[in-house]
Amino acid sequence: MNNFNILKPNKENLNSFILIGTFFITLSFIDIFSNTFLDLNITGFLPNFLSYFSPLIIGVFGLHLIRIEYSGNKFLDRINSSINSNFFNSVLTLFIIFVLIKYIPPILNWFIFDADFAGSTKQDCTSEGACWVFVKVWLKRFMYGMYPDAEQWRINIAFLILFVSIGFIFLLPQKFKKYIILYLLFIYPIIALNLISGGVFGLKWIETGAWGGLSLTLIVSAFALIFCFPVGMFLAMGRRSDLPAIRYCSIGFIELWRGVPLITVLFMSAVMFPMFLPDGTFMDKLMRVIIAITLFEAAYMAEVIRGGLQALPRGQYDAGKSLGMGYWRLHFLIILPQALKLVIPGIANTFLALVKDTPLIFVVGLLELAGMIGLAKTNPKWLGMAAEGYVFAGLVFWVICYAMSRYSQNLEKKLSTER
Amino acid sequence: MNLKNPKILIPQIITVISLISVIAYFAFNAQVNMGNRGISFGYGFLSQEASFDIGFSLIDYDGSMSYARAFLVGLLNTLLVSVIGIFFATLIGVTVGIGRLSSNYLIAKTAEIYVEIFRNIPLLLQLFFWYYAALRALPLPENAINIFDVSYLTVKGWYVPKFIWTNFSVFLISILASIIAIIFVVKYAKKKREEIGQHVPTFSISFGILILFPLITFLVGGVTLNFQIPVLSQMTTTVFNFKGGVSIIPELISLAIALSMYTATFIAENVRAGILGVTKGQKEAAASIGLTKSQILKLVVMPQALRIIIPPTTNQYLNLTKNSSLAAAIAYPDIVLVFAGTALMQTGRAVEIISITMGTYLLISLSISMFMNWYNKSVAIKEK
Amino acid sequence: MSNIIELKNVNKWFDKFQVLKEINLTVTQQEKIVICGPSGSGKSTLIRCINRLEEHQEGQIIVDGNEISEDTKNIEKIRAEVGMVFQQFNLFPHLSILDNCTLAPIWVKKLPKKKAEEIAMENLKRVQIEDQALKFPGQLSGGQQQRCALARALCMEPKIMLFDEPTSALDPEMIKEVLDAMVDLAKAGMTMIVVTHEMGFAKEVADNMIFMDEGRIVEKAKTNDFFANPKSDRTKLFLSQIL
Repeated sequence: MNNFNILKPNKENLNSFILIGTFFITLSFIDIFSNTFLDLNITGFLPNFLSYFSPLIIGVFGLHLIRIEYSGNKFLDRINSSINSNFFNSVLTLFIIFVLIKYIPPILNWFIFDADFAGSTKQDCTSEGACWVFVKVWLKRFMYGMYPDAEQWRINIAFLILFVSIGFIFLLPQKFKKYIILYLLFIYPIIALNLISGGVFGLKWIETGAWGGLSLTLIVSAFALIFCFPVGMFLAMGRRSDLPAIRYCSIGFIELWRGVPLITVLFMSAVMFPMFLPDGTFMDKLMRVIIAITLFEAAYMAEVIRGGLQALPRGQYDAGKSLGMGYWRLHFLIILPQALKLVIPGIANTFLALVKDTPLIFVVGLLELAGMIGLAKTNPKWLGMAAEGYVFAGLVFWVICYAMSRYSQNLEKKLSTER
Repeated sequence: MNLKNPKILIPQIITVISLISVIAYFAFNAQVNMGNRGISFGYGFLSQEASFDIGFSLIDYDGSMSYARAFLVGLLNTLLVSVIGIFFATLIGVTVGIGRLSSNYLIAKTAEIYVEIFRNIPLLLQLFFWYYAALRALPLPENAINIFDVSYLTVKGWYVPKFIWTNFSVFLISILASIIAIIFVVKYAKKKREEIGQHVPTFSISFGILILFPLITFLVGGVTLNFQIPVLSQMTTTVFNFKGGVSIIPELISLAIALSMYTATFIAENVRAGILGVTKGQKEAAASIGLTKSQILKLVVMPQALRIIIPPTTNQYLNLTKNSSLAAAIAYPDIVLVFAGTALMQTGRAVEIISITMGTYLLISLSISMFMNWYNKSVAIKEK
Repeated sequence: MSNIIELKNVNKWFDKFQVLKEINLTVTQQEKIVICGPSGSGKSTLIRCINRLEEHQEGQIIVDGNEISEDTKNIEKIRAEVGMVFQQFNLFPHLSILDNCTLAPIWVKKLPKKKAEEIAMENLKRVQIEDQALKFPGQLSGGQQQRCALARALCMEPKIMLFDEPTSALDPEMIKEVLDAMVDLAKAGMTMIVVTHEMGFAKEVADNMIFMDEGRIVEKAKTNDFFANPKSDRTKLFLSQIL
């Protein structure tokens, strides 16, 4: 063993360094495991501070020993270039791993192993873990709000039709896609609205104040998206118009809605809007909210679409004009189909933001998912369930939003490679 | 374009007339409705006595002061939480953004998971979680989490020492003086570099000045700093609380945390896009003429990356400020809660109050937009 | 004339794929070498190893007496003496042409600004774009940008100039202006290694030609011999395809 300096790992004594290094790394893991799971502090003989960080110190030393460039061992080289490339990296790597080891087990315990799943009252939650009984008991309310249990099938049917229609968009050949989309934009809303609120065909009338939960989240998001799309389109075209009056009106409208928080807009719809209508006109709360959110998101949608209109090469406008097309024909037949395709990711992002904004409707007293949880947790029989409730809501929203964002990323990739 | 052409004139006239008629219709109805309620339109109410208290204020306030004063309190609270949020969001965002580009697989993955989690949960939900779940789990004052015996974390708030200054103005002046001195140092260094090619260690010198000047004021300027440490005291047989020091209310803490962690995800993505946006060729060209790694970062990469990062990040700062209005959901007294909430309920003057509230946000938005436009024009990379 | 660049038994892998196989090469001062070959043959990788934009795993590379290794101080010293012109120009878009040229002299050689600008204007004159000095790269044509890139590299007063397919990204009418600048440089006595497909330029300027294929130097010969009597079959095939 020549040239063996324990502080300077080199290639000649590769095996010795690997051996000693691995020993120290294993030691550090044993330390942290015994600390976490066995409550045993094997470095307890050291002063408090050192003993707390002992796994880190030992592990970093071990990693230092195996940090040999171009060792020839492929596995070692990969580790060294990735997580062990220098001192700083090795500290961070071990830190992350140890934090995970220390905190994931208790979290998992709370979530699953110590949690209560069976029962129907708060008293059934005897353990220290999460009280999922709370979610189980309130699930119908979280999904449907105060909508009567007996009528919930109507909401289910409405969404079933929606998903099936969307499914058709993917399955049907190109020719029919247009019709399905038109159907979804114009006919379906009427069907769904009548189905859910009732009052026709012998269906019981359910006022909008009773709608709530996740179904309300989806209803508001869907309607707002459907309507903000055409409004946004006209605003975007208006902003690019050559007619000054129209252009300035569009700019003013867009900048107004984009410059204020959604909460103030909702406040406005609840409090200020009734002032603007003759005394006694009743406008349904939900309708006011949907109008407010629609106009708000339309301003953002307008900017997204404007980006698409601007990105289109001028040649397209020139070609259409030279064929004798007027403004409207030009835009609807040539410009918009292409521009919209360009900004589908932006449109998906706006929709994502819309879904994340819907919980704000609690300010006008409409209780969608987050609002329902707020209501449930103050029920005297179920106090102290805030964590379970919001974690559940968080998971539901996360799944929906993550799925949408993944889909839009894939869409963006697909579209950019097509070009 | 012939302005007298009817095809061009008529749509505009129709638009303007419709707009005016809609506004007139609204105004008329508003007038009638207000009349029915016995209120007349006007902003005079602002000088009336507010007669409600506000739980947290940076300036002196009590119920006998005017609505205008209450508005100011709300505005300052909004700005306070926004500034704190922007600071931490930037810090976390830049770190996570750079982390995503790390060659260390663990760091990159952790950063990616952070972004994917906190970006896809609605901000309101995150706020509720921090306020109703996380911070509610903190202990009561008698069992407070002790931070080095000067600061205490409890469910009622975070108690930190109160800074008691004498001659604070002298301290402030020393900070200003050090900034001015640093500007001169930078100018001097640039001059020396251009004239004789001597490189002066600007950073170390500036850092030294920033520390030294204020320090001197303590030694000879008559500036003293004392701390009033919060002390646990018994209020009644069962209720303990901290006296002295400053208490940071849990509403402010949870709002700041939620805003920072949510906005940081967007800033992280902007930072990542900015750094990736500088092509490999630029770094290679800079390396091929002999620049060191830190010189390449400072002279070639950062100037180009910042141009990509700053516009969307400023947009995020704006979003953060607007999102601070969620304070209404947890009763943090910002503009919306104080003014569009309490004051509106008391006076019933919906139109005036909401117009002021929206107007304030609009003002903030437009100023930031204007700054953004100015910045973009001044750093725009010139092309044909 | 002494050897200014020596490559001894250089081998390089990208992961499992070997891109340079047993490269042996010496370059003397003021020698002009043109390297040609099919794409993927390792030509660019070879010259990028000389200023360590790529790292070789085996063998020795010695530039002006200094061996290239992992030592950082060593690398930057070498890069200051070796200039490089890239296929994609890689001018710094946020700096003017003049600033592009004075950046390294000011920050690496620590010259006063005036001196750096003098040197910059001299080199910009050399490549005949001194009137564009205050413009920005985005405002120039491709040919002008590449000439500026050449001037930028020359401002460091390098002993060796490397060219990585300098005209491949240019429109045909701009290739000539760049090649003319390179011919002037060659006449002034610079040591040059050029990777290119421009055989006319090669015939005019190169002392020696190198043909590379699949990571190996297949043939090295004096220019006249190379074109008149290529020895290897692969060389013959390649020349028949491009001439």
